[in-house]
Amino acid sequence: MTDLFSKFDPLIQMRTDLLSTGVTDPFGLVMEKVISPTVALCNGRETILLGTYNYMGMTFDPDVIAAGKQALDDFGSGTTGSRVLNGTYAGHKAVEQALCEFYAMDHAMVFSTGYQANLGIISTIAGKGDYIILDIDSHASIWDGCKMGDAEVVPFKHNDIEAMEKRLKRIPEGAGILVVLEGVYSMLGDIAPLKEMIAVAKKYGAMVLVDEAHSMGFIGPNGRGVAEEQGVLDQVDFVIGTFSKSVGTVGGFCVSNHPKFEIMRLVCRPYVFTASLPPSVVATAATSVRKLMHAADKRAHLWENSRVLHGGLRERGFKLGTETPQSAIISVIMPDLERGAAMWEALLHEGLYVNLARPPATPAGMTLLRCSLCAAHSAEQVQTIIGMFERAGKKVGII
Amino acid sequence: MDRAATSEKIAALIEPFNKKGIAISDATSFAGDLEFDSLTVMDFVAAIEDEFDIIISMNQQAEIETYGQLVDAVVKLKG
Repeated sequence: MTDLFSKFDPLIQMRTDLLSTGVTDPFGLVMEKVISPTVALCNGRETILLGTYNYMGMTFDPDVIAAGKQALDDFGSGTTGSRVLNGTYAGHKAVEQALCEFYAMDHAMVFSTGYQANLGIISTIAGKGDYIILDIDSHASIWDGCKMGDAEVVPFKHNDIEAMEKRLKRIPEGAGILVVLEGVYSMLGDIAPLKEMIAVAKKYGAMVLVDEAHSMGFIGPNGRGVAEEQGVLDQVDFVIGTFSKSVGTVGGFCVSNHPKFEIMRLVCRPYVFTASLPPSVVATAATSVRKLMHAADKRAHLWENSRVLHGGLRERGFKLGTETPQSAIISVIMPDLERGAAMWEALLHEGLYVNLARPPATPAGMTLLRCSLCAAHSAEQVQTIIGMFERAGKKVGII
Repeated sequence: MDRAATSEKIAALIEPFNKKGIAISDATSFAGDLEFDSLTVMDFVAAIEDEFDIIISMNQQAEIETYGQLVDAVVKLKG
């Protein structure tokens, strides 16, 4: 018998080697108690959270919690059914209405996760003979959506407008084209030149899908994302988003002005063949989305946090993923996986949690310590974080 | 362009990516012999696409494991 698991041997060996150095498993952290959007108890110790996607700190919002509890009482713990059969409750329609208002778009379709939103929309709309042109640094859910569909998949170099145009130019006349971009690329926290890229895409008759998972709530005048910030949201055919970041719960969605969009509810398999979100989840999401429409103060504070952390880490000699703070993600580039894991552990001992990111999730084989800021981080917490980085960086010998 | 001329052009394009100076034949594999990782593949494919003004989609790339298969694919794509 051939062991089907033998293909994982190199990864098993890599993990064994890393853990044999005595370092704490960076992928085995358990939060024993979550105290607030920015603090949790890890290994019995109060730890500042700088590696969550809780950008707007909505997870403990009293109105959000109250809405969830009420929905549990009124509608029960789960729907036990697909959206197209018995799984559409008043709450599902209400959250879709909230999204239509948030984005000022005609249609919104809610999926059970953000991953499924990309998987479903991309694999369904781009079919045999169509072309998908996408950034090479696209999220796994985008790549998996491409793999699941039957379209020709053509990647281009990250954020390279010219490389994108060259590929668009060579597509056979008459073929359907979907250009897939992201507002914020979550590994380095850099944003895309959407204005220029979308103009090029439109020139070649492409439809455009933009994943704004990491920008919702705080980029753009109304928090609609990078496309709004750059004044081109009206040129985007499909916006993909998630409830698991700024919204503070779980779920994914697509909003669109396409006049035929509603047919997706019948043809999109990752929407049809799965249970819908529990009533409490859609109730918390709807409440949170509506509150995010009026969150200008929190938004301003989050940006201030991002600027202070970026400047503070740079000043102390860390190598960062972006020259300027472009989002709520500040990525610290590590020399290698071993020192990255050591730094991650040293920070945990300081009482700080960040994400350790490594290939294949990262571009160019980099090891990253990814910091994601929250509007609920206080100015003092950000200073504490910078101090922790300085001590840990010196201890591990990175600065 | 015939197969020989196409092969010659591709051989020249491989040069900067052939770090170990492996001798290229039709049987040379990109992953095994040339040890191309995914980033190298992207840059190399872009160089080929630009030279011949073609698209080699990921779907087509999945069928191309060796140098000989690449030359055949490019000849076919150029028609």
